[in-house]
Amino acid sequence: MEIALENTNSARIARAMIKARRAAGSPAMDMVLTLVVITDDETVGDALKTANLLSREHPSRVIGVVLGAKRGAAALHAKVRVGQDTSGESILLRISGELTKHAESVVLPLLLPDSPVVVWWPHNAPTFPADDPIGKLAQRRLTDAESTTSPVRALRQVAANYAPGDTDLAWTRLTPWRTLLAAALDQATAPVTAGEVVAGRHNPAATLLVAWLESRLKVPIAFHHSDTDQIAKVVLTTRAGDVVIERVNELASHFSVPGSSQREVPLGARTLAELLAEDLRRLDADDVYATTIKHLLATR
Amino acid sequence: MSAPRTNPLRDPQDRRLPRIPGPCSLVIFGITGDLAQRKLIPAVYDLANRGLLPPGFALVGFARQDFGAKKFADILRDAAKSGARTPWRETVWKQLYAGFRFVPGQFDDDEAWQRLAVTMKDLDEQQGTGDNHAFYLSIPPALFPVVVSKLKEHGFATADSGWRRVVIEKPFGHDLASAEELNRIVGEVFPRESVFRIDHYLGKETVQNILAFRFANGMFEPIWNNHYVDHVQITMAEDIGIGSRAGYYDSIGAARDVIQNHLLQLMALVAMEEPVSFNASSLRMEKQKILANARPPERMDLHTAQAQYLAGWAGGEKVVGYLEEDGVPDGSRAETFAAMRIDIATRRWAGVPFYLRTGKRLGRRVTEVAVIFKKAPHQPFSKNDIEELGSNALVMRIQPDEGVTLRFGAKVPGTTMEIRDVNMDFAYGGAFVESSPEAYERLILDVLLGDPPLFPQHEEVELSWKILDPVIEHWKRQKQIDTYPAGTWGPESADTMLARDGRSWRRP
Repeated sequence: MEIALENTNSARIARAMIKARRAAGSPAMDMVLTLVVITDDETVGDALKTANLLSREHPSRVIGVVLGAKRGAAALHAKVRVGQDTSGESILLRISGELTKHAESVVLPLLLPDSPVVVWWPHNAPTFPADDPIGKLAQRRLTDAESTTSPVRALRQVAANYAPGDTDLAWTRLTPWRTLLAAALDQATAPVTAGEVVAGRHNPAATLLVAWLESRLKVPIAFHHSDTDQIAKVVLTTRAGDVVIERVNELASHFSVPGSSQREVPLGARTLAELLAEDLRRLDADDVYATTIKHLLATR
Repeated sequence: MSAPRTNPLRDPQDRRLPRIPGPCSLVIFGITGDLAQRKLIPAVYDLANRGLLPPGFALVGFARQDFGAKKFADILRDAAKSGARTPWRETVWKQLYAGFRFVPGQFDDDEAWQRLAVTMKDLDEQQGTGDNHAFYLSIPPALFPVVVSKLKEHGFATADSGWRRVVIEKPFGHDLASAEELNRIVGEVFPRESVFRIDHYLGKETVQNILAFRFANGMFEPIWNNHYVDHVQITMAEDIGIGSRAGYYDSIGAARDVIQNHLLQLMALVAMEEPVSFNASSLRMEKQKILANARPPERMDLHTAQAQYLAGWAGGEKVVGYLEEDGVPDGSRAETFAAMRIDIATRRWAGVPFYLRTGKRLGRRVTEVAVIFKKAPHQPFSKNDIEELGSNALVMRIQPDEGVTLRFGAKVPGTTMEIRDVNMDFAYGGAFVESSPEAYERLILDVLLGDPPLFPQHEEVELSWKILDPVIEHWKRQKQIDTYPAGTWGPESADTMLARDGRSWRRP
């Protein structure tokens, strides 16, 4: 059921929500979190589609916040949706005028009782997410440096203002690589003496990978720039020979460790919904990410 | 096993990295069998697709038929494709298949075993499996002795630098004596911590859910005893008949097929005291205490029931009775429904009967544990007001719709005071969609990781037989077996059995 409300307030939105829920036979009873998506007119469609895909894995109340023009009189329009192909429920808020500065006052009454709150900025994240009025309401704050025009700078900015609960999706994109590297060192047991990462200069994930490897392995890792944007290759030099993981196409990489022959292993890119789903599996602070960005800021 | 070296890239705090087993191979005996085709191969593919198998994972199929490598490849591919839970990706299969080997041969043919040894050596070198091998005996129990003794004879049971593990499937024997014999055969060759007894109905997920529910919460444990609990009903019902398993089923029957393992394990998990930790040995210790103190009924004639299904209509389909099923001998006495009362002689549970029931062709497919509470000692409401109020119940639903139901009384809206039972439902599938991998995925992963199994070791198996053997003895002495129409909730004798105690079965 979908209910549209013009010039409204949070109490009326909450009432519409209950009405929609009852009409839909209370399908959304097991919601585990509130996901606030802060976006603009241009990107709201895609962002909410992703959020709805996500709610198949993490049934949630999705609150889309579209911040409109800051000038003019305060206005709040809302659209409430329950059921209809999603396992959760969603509210779209269009906020404009003076109210854009106080959007948290609209969101606060609409959060699920007692459940965790996650804020995701698909674009244009604030440089200090934990200090953002809506960011303050959340346990987890997800930014995406790759969506900006200078991704590495954006990553360093949010890293410098890190508060427990922050993560940038660049870190999430790195998980398959980190998984393969950890599996490689399960097999190659000789100590690592040096390493090399080959990737695009402006790839924030590669920047994090270098920092992660350095902080874990305590050896210098060289960063060589490639023409492609992606991470192309990682080499870890051990006393027994080189561990090499090299991307061969969009779906696979070559994997070789000393003492056994080269193999092809899967290494595909994941959709935005899959990335977010991974992030939402843990709702506490990611300590390994914190250590990694600390190392990044201290050394580079 | 080699001394543990910590991988510098692994950090216990790093919960994004999945736990991936080290390099290893899985050797499946009976690769063309039903279980391997329907469950094991798809599970291996799903694990690979989710990136949970180590690079260079190898799978060796040992089978009695020789149909050549090409056909073998096709068979496995078809099996994986039709059974896979995750989307089909040709690249994943190609990469996985590079590590597959096929060894044809009879189980008593020494040459075949030598070929297997050569294959495994090759894998260690080419795929880097590092002398780590798990043997999955997906074969009828009658073949265990020959395969296990050949494993020993050809030196497969001990590793130079890696590990060896063996996986066996239920049934773990058909009575106490045969279970002891089986344990002796396997125990002579493999140390107990390397033996993984697999009971897929009790995947780790289910066990851990029950444990989390009971011991992570403060509000249930205080009432989890004979002060508040009236009785417990444990049901595992199937809507299907015996299908093509007549040969196996007719010699076993429902009680040995299901109660000995699944239902007694569920009972132990529900009844046990809090373990000091959640490692496998503490858990096993608590379960054993319950099984050692569980008593079969003193009056078998009053507190057990067995029956066979008759032809009837089940779920809108006309189905035949047990005796008319293909392959069932005339006048068979095998029970397709079994129910019994078990009492646990502990301070916590004295006076609280546990009613266990299982059957084929029952009303619907469901496995659940229902804890039925005593009625409130005093009701301030008049008898009329609470006429429709039953007992409070807490139901742990295990399958198909995993979750928890709480049943309690609520006032019916209106001017009169009228109280009626309502259900409060929680579904795991609603709150956590992604997880719940197929049981075999989890099991295979646990075996390869060497995670100490939460599955029964031989003491538990033997204790369970001690509970069940006297009941089966009693049934054997009966001249008649009860019957029930297919698609119903069992024979009248099962209802009478509870009625004697002033109770009735819940309709699950």
